[in-house]
Amino acid sequence: MAWLSLLADYTMRNVVLGSALLGAVSGALGCFAVLRRQGLLGDTLAHAALPGIALAYLLTGQRALPVLLAGAALSGWLGTAALIYLSRATRIKEDSALGIVLSVSFAVGVVLLTFINRQPQARAVGLERFLLGQAAALTADQVELMALLSAGVLIVLVLGYKEFALLAFDAPFAASLGWNTTALSLLLTTLIVITVVVGLQAVGVVLMASLLIAPAVAARQWTDRLHLMVWLAAAFGAISGVMGAWLSASDRGIPTGPVVVLVLSAITVVSLVVRRVRAWLARRAAKGEAER
Amino acid sequence: MSALLVVLLTGVLTAIACALPGSFLMLRRLAMLSDAISHAILPGIVLGYFLAKGPNFALGLLGAASVAILTVGLIELLQDVSNVAGESAIGIVFPAMFALGVLTISRYYANVHLDTDAVLFGNIEFAPFESLWVGEHHLGPQSLWVTGGLALLNALFVGLLYKELQLATFDPALAATSGFSPRLLHYALMAVVAVTSVAAFTAVGSILVVAFMIVPAATAYLLTDDLRRMLVLAAGCGVASAVIGFVLALALDASVAGAMASASGLLFVTAALFSPSHGLLARARQLRRQRLEFATETLLLHLRYHETLPGEEHELEVAHLSNELRWTPRFAQRVIAHAQRSGLVQRTNGHLALTEAGRAVAEHLSARTGAGLERARA
Amino acid sequence: MKDDCAQSHSDHGFAIVADDVTVTYRDRPAVQDVDLRIPPGRLAAIIGPNGAGKSTLMKALLGLVPLAAGQVSIFGQPVARQRRRIGYVPQRSSVDWDFPATALDVVMMGTYGQLGWLKRPGPRERKLAMQCLDAVGMTAFADRQIGQLSGGQQQRVFLARALAQQADVYFLDEPFVGVDAVTEKAIVELLRALRDQGKTVVVVHHDLDSAPEYFDWLVLLNVRLIACGDFRQVFTIANLRRTYGGAMTASIRHFEWLELEKHQTSAPIS
Repeated sequence: MAWLSLLADYTMRNVVLGSALLGAVSGALGCFAVLRRQGLLGDTLAHAALPGIALAYLLTGQRALPVLLAGAALSGWLGTAALIYLSRATRIKEDSALGIVLSVSFAVGVVLLTFINRQPQARAVGLERFLLGQAAALTADQVELMALLSAGVLIVLVLGYKEFALLAFDAPFAASLGWNTTALSLLLTTLIVITVVVGLQAVGVVLMASLLIAPAVAARQWTDRLHLMVWLAAAFGAISGVMGAWLSASDRGIPTGPVVVLVLSAITVVSLVVRRVRAWLARRAAKGEAER
Repeated sequence: MSALLVVLLTGVLTAIACALPGSFLMLRRLAMLSDAISHAILPGIVLGYFLAKGPNFALGLLGAASVAILTVGLIELLQDVSNVAGESAIGIVFPAMFALGVLTISRYYANVHLDTDAVLFGNIEFAPFESLWVGEHHLGPQSLWVTGGLALLNALFVGLLYKELQLATFDPALAATSGFSPRLLHYALMAVVAVTSVAAFTAVGSILVVAFMIVPAATAYLLTDDLRRMLVLAAGCGVASAVIGFVLALALDASVAGAMASASGLLFVTAALFSPSHGLLARARQLRRQRLEFATETLLLHLRYHETLPGEEHELEVAHLSNELRWTPRFAQRVIAHAQRSGLVQRTNGHLALTEAGRAVAEHLSARTGAGLERARA
Repeated sequence: MKDDCAQSHSDHGFAIVADDVTVTYRDRPAVQDVDLRIPPGRLAAIIGPNGAGKSTLMKALLGLVPLAAGQVSIFGQPVARQRRRIGYVPQRSSVDWDFPATALDVVMMGTYGQLGWLKRPGPRERKLAMQCLDAVGMTAFADRQIGQLSGGQQQRVFLARALAQQADVYFLDEPFVGVDAVTEKAIVELLRALRDQGKTVVVVHHDLDSAPEYFDWLVLLNVRLIACGDFRQVFTIANLRRTYGGAMTASIRHFEWLELEKHQTSAPIS
């Protein structure tokens, strides 16, 4: 098969591995975001990262990934701060705060991008790849950096699993145990910021929301137990990451993000349908039992 | 008409059209639904393009509006049937729709009129170059007709159904028992948001539509407590953002749509800081005043308590006071100054004493709050 | 007393009739097989433990939730046709207090049902709204944004809104929660006045101590109907026990104790 030969290619193997890792991490992390009803936080943070990327390039003149990602993380963080401030200290409700931070920071990013595009070497900088994702354009050391960051997130997630689980399930109870829930939730948000920033290259600003939400929702349909849900979500994320990278690599014109999202959506739809069918079968069985 | 003026007017009319339904979206806590709709209409627009074998506004509008309603229905289905939380349902549906649209465009229409850049940033700059023709008659730029018609339509919608929208937003249960189906109104609003998003989409792209819908509405929300005034203010903020953004874009040679949305952000931040009723500074000032008034009451009660004890004049020195009540000396000075200004306390050679008015207030306070003396002692 | 509520041949003369009403949330019944009757001119309480489905039953009577089974009629007609005769005060916790609306705006909303689609409220509605605000002693606060009012004042405004509906049947969901003692008394006075004008008033209530003083008709609910009828006949230890099951509250114990005293002085009741 043609696409199998892609695996033989060293760079391609890197890209696929990187995407798989990214999918797994965002899938696992997404479970906590979704359970805390913060699904769209990732969406907003991804958009908030855009002006940071553009500004980092404009200020340093460098297009090295670590520089751009640092800018992205910084502005993602600022976006989080704005979100928290707006929904706590003003009468603005959380959904409006999400919409405001998302759209305004994207607007600032768009303005900054026009400055960059005016420069002669604009095409070479290729910041546009952050919008819809272009995993195939990743170089080996970029993948290495992504892998490193993802692994870091994963380690923190494993170490703090019990704490995050309780935070997601019952934050007031966690607080009553004397845990610093503000710090915990800040840590979780930081992990989301890092994951989003890492994911930008692969799936892009616009579709990052899906990578955090869909695997978690799909996994939730198969199990009622958190650790199983986290594993499953990681697996779903990884599978779609691999498929996305593969398919978009086989045709340079296709951005990665949409492919990843469509694979994920297919998995989610199947999961939702299976859940309904299983519930229906269970009800029918129960009814049959009762009649007998 | 000059090309620049067409761009500016398109922006202004889009802002008005968006701010009106956007205000109700925000009050209904559905702000992110505008994000979902503005992304999800993409495959609808592509479908219209495909059916008409080229750019066709009417078919695009029709396709997009029906896809938008489908999206809202899907999100509700996920919530009701599969128990997926609201924001997760939004986050599942719209990326899938948008991905479908982007993929189709980049696969089949790459580098044609419909490109992904236009989807993301809109192309308000091209507004002057598309004219509306009816038969042989040239009626001027199409964008002005579309956005103008939409602004008018939305003003009519909000104006005629003001009472119904207000009630169904504030209290859906009463709306239902009063015979105004909240569901019908919800879907009517969604249809308006969808059609508005399509028109705004061609001008400013899918992401900045959210800025035009939500940000001016939120700015107005921080400025007034009257819904009618809020709607007018939201439209006004939208117009102001469009004008300021236009000027900025010309000055900086930047994306017009981006600058307009950024300007709306600027106005929002200004309102969040300086709004006389709900701004950060107003709140801080209010908090400070409350603290000062509370502290003044405490001071009066404290002085009153010491008046009842013989031979404790030294207690009434400023330094002692700040010590006893655990106030910083600066805060104590402020409280005393405030009490003196209000004529409740007077200072005689370093000692503080209640005036007649002050004593009356203190007595009233300690009668009202049984714990008054306790507080003074603490 | 069960007879007061069972299905019977002549349901004429009842303000509210519910037969076999079942409402389910996520496959689980929140309210099951409830038959109830409330005659006009009564001040009725729906009482039961947490999770008994009190609010759900009220919403079912109002036609706000789909019924899995059964039917509700108001003065012999389906609810959908009697909307104009129904007034409603929602639970305080369900209100968005930041909403840009003044006290007068809220009371005006009560007149919308009579106006119907598209017609705008005019001076007549404004006058009516001011009268209703006056009836609850809130005229001075007409232009205040609702979030700036105290809990008791907010409840008065919503009561004024119900008055503006000029209904025949009033439904109130936990009207005394988060309300000061003075307001509670004022609300009760108003509800009594409504009853004395022949209106029917139904209140979801949770305080057993005040219930005997306030109400003259009682619906005891714990998912299923426990009992329904004239307050004094239904409000018995046996019924309360069946309603609250193991979750005996201090107040029930208190009533039990009172009942014991009665036993010592007079003949046993049940």
